[in-house]
Amino acid sequence: MANVPKDLKYTREHEWAKPEGDRVRVGITAYAQEQLGDVVFVELPKVGAKVTASKNFGVVESVKAVSDLFAPISGEVVEVNGELAQKPETVNQDPYGQGWMLVVKPSSKAEWDQLLTAPQYEELIAQGGH
Amino acid sequence: MNTTPLRRTPLYHEHVAAGARMVPFGGWEMPVQYTGIIEEHRTVRSAVGLFDVSHMGEFEVEGPGALAALQYLTTNDVASLQVGQIQYSVLCYDNGTIVDDLTVYRMGDERYMITVNAGNIDKDWAHVTKSTEHVKDARWRNASEGTGLIAVQGPKAEALVGRLADRDVPAIGYYRFVRGNVGEVPTVISRTGYTGEDGFELYAPADRTARLWKALVDAGRADGVALIGLGARDTLRLEMKYALYGNDIDETTNALEAGLGWVVKPAKGEFIGRDALEKIRAEGVRRRLVGIEMVDKAVARHGYPVKKDGRAVGLVTSGSYGPSVDKYIAIAYVETALAPVGTALEVEIRGQGKAAQVVRTPFYPSKVKKAG
Repeated sequence: MANVPKDLKYTREHEWAKPEGDRVRVGITAYAQEQLGDVVFVELPKVGAKVTASKNFGVVESVKAVSDLFAPISGEVVEVNGELAQKPETVNQDPYGQGWMLVVKPSSKAEWDQLLTAPQYEELIAQGGH
Repeated sequence: MNTTPLRRTPLYHEHVAAGARMVPFGGWEMPVQYTGIIEEHRTVRSAVGLFDVSHMGEFEVEGPGALAALQYLTTNDVASLQVGQIQYSVLCYDNGTIVDDLTVYRMGDERYMITVNAGNIDKDWAHVTKSTEHVKDARWRNASEGTGLIAVQGPKAEALVGRLADRDVPAIGYYRFVRGNVGEVPTVISRTGYTGEDGFELYAPADRTARLWKALVDAGRADGVALIGLGARDTLRLEMKYALYGNDIDETTNALEAGLGWVVKPAKGEFIGRDALEKIRAEGVRRRLVGIEMVDKAVARHGYPVKKDGRAVGLVTSGSYGPSVDKYIAIAYVETALAPVGTALEVEIRGQGKAAQVVRTPFYPSKVKKAG
């Protein structure tokens, strides 16, 4: 069973969201990177871009497939993990740490409660991830 | 919805036991990866890997008319084959487009085997038997069901197969084969492959293929052998610009634009597609299959448009990250005028033109053993 840290929130599309003061750090889950296989390319928005909850904010590509990334919450991108352009495999090696993708300044607090809790996300992936 | 059950090779249970991720491929349930595509790819380039390619089809044709049947069906000159020799070739339609690509083995004076792509077995069987009805004394047999096939590829393949075989394996030339036992299993030991590395393809009876696989796994430990899935098979062949049927070549692409003119031999006499290919050769091809490298960081994929100054000039047929070249590489059809090495192009990726250029191929230098 893939690692699902208790202190994070999750989307149904396998992104994680971590509160850091008034900001939220975003990445993809251990389950997601396992399903993708070797990540070879990550396309992320620029700092200052606006992202919208449940909407596509970028792309992650493995050797075999292209997958959209979905924002857990709406807001402004205040940090982007530029390291992933050179080392996309970091997403496989450390999905909850060095493999983070964005830091977002949320525009709405209400959306936070819509996200899955760790037990809810564990249940989702136990059912096959859909 | 397609409800036809997926077919399984004689090695299905070995794959599951090894923890492979199984996926549908051409009607078969096949391992796409065991530990990870990039790691598997690198093991084949540096040591040796085992591939289950038992899903591929084998047809035999025998009799005084066997040569005539194959000469009529395939584009290459089968008359030039000696017993024990193998030839890459193409089956074409009348208009020069491709039914399948294949290898032709001369097994005996009047006996041949052809190896065809898994997804094309039924189509090819209908094509070869119907198209040669007029040829006398050529008996066809579809041996696909009873035949397993394991590819052993990489710089240590010769040592591994040599250790298990009762034949002089180093003496087998490229695109040559011998019959012999490997790990006490009767096989055809063929010095061929789809990776650009030295290596072998071992044909064995289906009911003995698992035994051969286990013998190779056990004996290969000292060589650092790994099991290799279809994912790495695809990146390995992409780095060599070997065409994959259904991606780079199909019934809409002709053999000449696909760069397979080296196996089209009109001087040998009549064959299906000859007139059309002669005409295309005389007029010049309108597009060519070329290797391209992404200049902008982005991954080109099958079906993405190729553009020049915003104008559509071609189509990507295969593309991925090439682990051994550490670049994003692709194969694409482009207008002939834009085929020269160094031509700047764009690949349209999610609505944006990304810079690319035509490069020399193979992307990675071939290590296959040349005929000595």
